[in-house]
Amino acid sequence: MPDSTVIGLQHEEEQHPELLHHFVDAEQQRNAASLGMWVFLATEIMFFGGMFCAYLVYRHWYFADFGAASKSIDATLGATNTAVLICSSLTVVVAVWAAQTSRKTLLVVMLVLTMLFGLTFLGIKGKEYKDKFDEHHVPGASFSFNNVPVPGHPGEFANPRHAQIFFSLYFMMTGVHALHMIIGLGIFAWLLHAAWKDRFTPEYHTPVEIGGLYWHFVDIIWIYLFPLLYLIDRH
Amino acid sequence: MADHTTAAHSKSSPLMLYFGIWATLLILTFVTYEVAYLELGPFNSVVALVIATIKATLVALFFMHVWHAGEKLTKMVILGAVFFLLLLLGLTMADYISRPWS
Repeated sequence: MPDSTVIGLQHEEEQHPELLHHFVDAEQQRNAASLGMWVFLATEIMFFGGMFCAYLVYRHWYFADFGAASKSIDATLGATNTAVLICSSLTVVVAVWAAQTSRKTLLVVMLVLTMLFGLTFLGIKGKEYKDKFDEHHVPGASFSFNNVPVPGHPGEFANPRHAQIFFSLYFMMTGVHALHMIIGLGIFAWLLHAAWKDRFTPEYHTPVEIGGLYWHFVDIIWIYLFPLLYLIDRH
Repeated sequence: MADHTTAAHSKSSPLMLYFGIWATLLILTFVTYEVAYLELGPFNSVVALVIATIKATLVALFFMHVWHAGEKLTKMVILGAVFFLLLLLGLTMADYISRPWS
């Protein structure tokens, strides 16, 4: 790092080595990083928003068929996964607090717990996907959804073509969400490595903070996916 | 400015708040799961989406520190993103819902 006297025209006080010279202080640097992350998350909202929009249109068109298709998914697995992700969000926010207050052991433990929750989520998701493969509910040549009753309409059966659209949306939305989880696990593995190497201090813990923002965002997407894909027409 | 960082040092620990939000989110998940099995007609979807929005708002405000973000620009980016999302969903659905002939 350059000697602080070289760039010390504006910065009289001692510089933190992680503070870049174009920021006034560590707080401004943190705010800029957080704002940048939120701009990225705004693009993510629009990215998932397109899929939610497609879902709403088809749910409106094929209302009853979507209900029948949704009913074939194990809602208890979905609810368990929701609880797992909520627990992981708690460990993330405690990890950020641990980084802010220089509690290294707590930070490392919370990062490990977050990754374990993330892996649990993916494991349950894998079980769910396996069930769908076994039942031939995966869109494609071997798709089969015959003689499935429509909820609330005795004697009527769901249109397999319409149900296939539900499962296309189901696999696309949960698949892209799971991909985000896998990327999140990669980010947290790196955070764990950096935390282990004492990279984070109360002045500089930006990666923990914006990595946490990403993880919470993926949690929020799931909070909407859960009722829309698992809980429609259950009664 | 982002006083949640300094708040962590000066004020009492925010851990109680975090655990409270966590418990609320779990309770709301349980409620949404149970309500889905009740017969409420069209209100099943309404209740599910309202609960999901409450949960998402809690996560954003307290876990993502939006509540304490003094940076107004951050809040503007979030509101802007939500606004354009609602514009996308709202205008699209206004079109499809009002087309009984197609």
